[in-house]
Amino acid sequence: MLSTSEILETIQMIQQENLDIRTITMGISLLDCADTDIDRACEKIYQKITTRAKDLVKVGQQIEDKYGIPIVNKRISVTPISHVLAVSGGDPVKYALTLERAAGTVGVNFLGGFSALVQKGFAPGDMELIEAIPEALRQTEHICASVNVGSTRTGINMDAVKMMGEIVKKSAEVTADKNCIGPAKLVVFCNAVEDNPFMAGAFHGVGEPDCVINVGVSGPGVVRAALAKMQGGDLTDVADLIKKTAFKITRMGQLVGAEAAEALGVPFGIVDLSLAPTPAIGDSVAHILEEIGLEQCGTHGTTAALAMLNDAVKKGGVMASSNVGGLSGAFIPVSEDAGMIAAAKAGTLTLEKLEAMTAVCSVGLDMIVVPGDITPATISAIIADEAAIGMVNSKTTAVRIIPAIGKKVGEELEFGGLLGSGPVMPVGSKSAEKMIARGGRIPAPLQSLKN
Amino acid sequence: MNAVISVIGKDTVGILAAVSGLCAQVNANVQDVTQSVLGGYFAMIMVVDISKCNVDLSDLRTQLTALGQDRNLQIHLMHEDIFNSMHRI
Repeated sequence: MLSTSEILETIQMIQQENLDIRTITMGISLLDCADTDIDRACEKIYQKITTRAKDLVKVGQQIEDKYGIPIVNKRISVTPISHVLAVSGGDPVKYALTLERAAGTVGVNFLGGFSALVQKGFAPGDMELIEAIPEALRQTEHICASVNVGSTRTGINMDAVKMMGEIVKKSAEVTADKNCIGPAKLVVFCNAVEDNPFMAGAFHGVGEPDCVINVGVSGPGVVRAALAKMQGGDLTDVADLIKKTAFKITRMGQLVGAEAAEALGVPFGIVDLSLAPTPAIGDSVAHILEEIGLEQCGTHGTTAALAMLNDAVKKGGVMASSNVGGLSGAFIPVSEDAGMIAAAKAGTLTLEKLEAMTAVCSVGLDMIVVPGDITPATISAIIADEAAIGMVNSKTTAVRIIPAIGKKVGEELEFGGLLGSGPVMPVGSKSAEKMIARGGRIPAPLQSLKN
Repeated sequence: MNAVISVIGKDTVGILAAVSGLCAQVNANVQDVTQSVLGGYFAMIMVVDISKCNVDLSDLRTQLTALGQDRNLQIHLMHEDIFNSMHRI
């Protein structure tokens, strides 16, 4: 029999501490939609997505009703479009518009997979797709793009890094009239994972089954509330409490994922254990770090506290779910986290500190607003630094930065909704132009002699 | 198949009767009730069997929420599975 305190604990988590299922994401393979005729390929893609995902939103709502737990987003990830483009050729934006139409028909919040994997070089379709990203993001609302530019096994494709600096800048320029929203839907990865349910970096890897359900849980508010109730205790106790809380959060994700997969008649993929903040008060990863004992997120000690948090979340979550995957860790998207926004405004949280934090947590420099006059080479250099951290540490890292066209340090860029708002943060003033212009590849790192 | 109804609010006459009356109306059998009144505040947790319930869960939730609004109470309805999966291995 359940005890009163257990029942009240669960109710409080959902009602007061913003516990929710962040996303159920359906992964759909588009490999069988490839066609030498681009219009035919687009039609096959539209048919496949709208058939496979026709009940996704409905089933999500039914589960919300049954359990009384909010499922914030229902999303779709698809095979990287560069694979389909390689067969058909033609204008990649056509695919983006087809995906947008399909997303609208099934009613999902986002659709990810306007992507290319170029960690070792460009195959047919890759370069064309990347060049079309700014226009695809301008003409669509729900489509997310991602490009993988490096991995631990292959090294970093610096030609792609150079290109992505230009693409990020251009994406901001062409959407300047819409608060530069373009690059907020574009992620540059190192060691991208194939089963990530979170946007903007979700795509359906080629090693995945035809159709699969992945779930992303959330719950920074729950972890913070648990810590706030803790009287005293050393850091071992803190880690232990986080582990227990993560276990409970993940169990819920497992329940919802399994139920959704069964109702939709597709296999259940993974639960992604990420702590994903939202701009809502109390739903912040920065506030967890502050609860642990930092005056403000970004000060000395932040990296250590985050490393512990990230590890404890995984340890608790792994036992709670039959299959864990995706990015699984603590997210630190600046504009989506009330505590991070405050710390960045106060100058406590800087780009340099964020870079250090990404070495110990998932996933990277995320939702960071930079001055509009930033050069493409500087963006490329930021991407290269971040990719190097991922490559050497055998982990996923990513860059999602937004050049705020026409704005300077101290001003703010407002996206609204889950994407939040961010202060324009300063970047280094010295150039990396010459290094970026060299291009080529950074060779794969040694996997032994680890120091 | 059980669901858990939780009721929190200022104590007034007939809360238990109203909630259990609604359960009887929809043919949800009350299995267990824990309730206490602390400092004028009423807190109740009720486990009900909904396998023979004549409305679906979201309808029952809507009715309970409406009842709560009438009487200035917070009433939540959740499926038992969520508690079991969270608190039992």
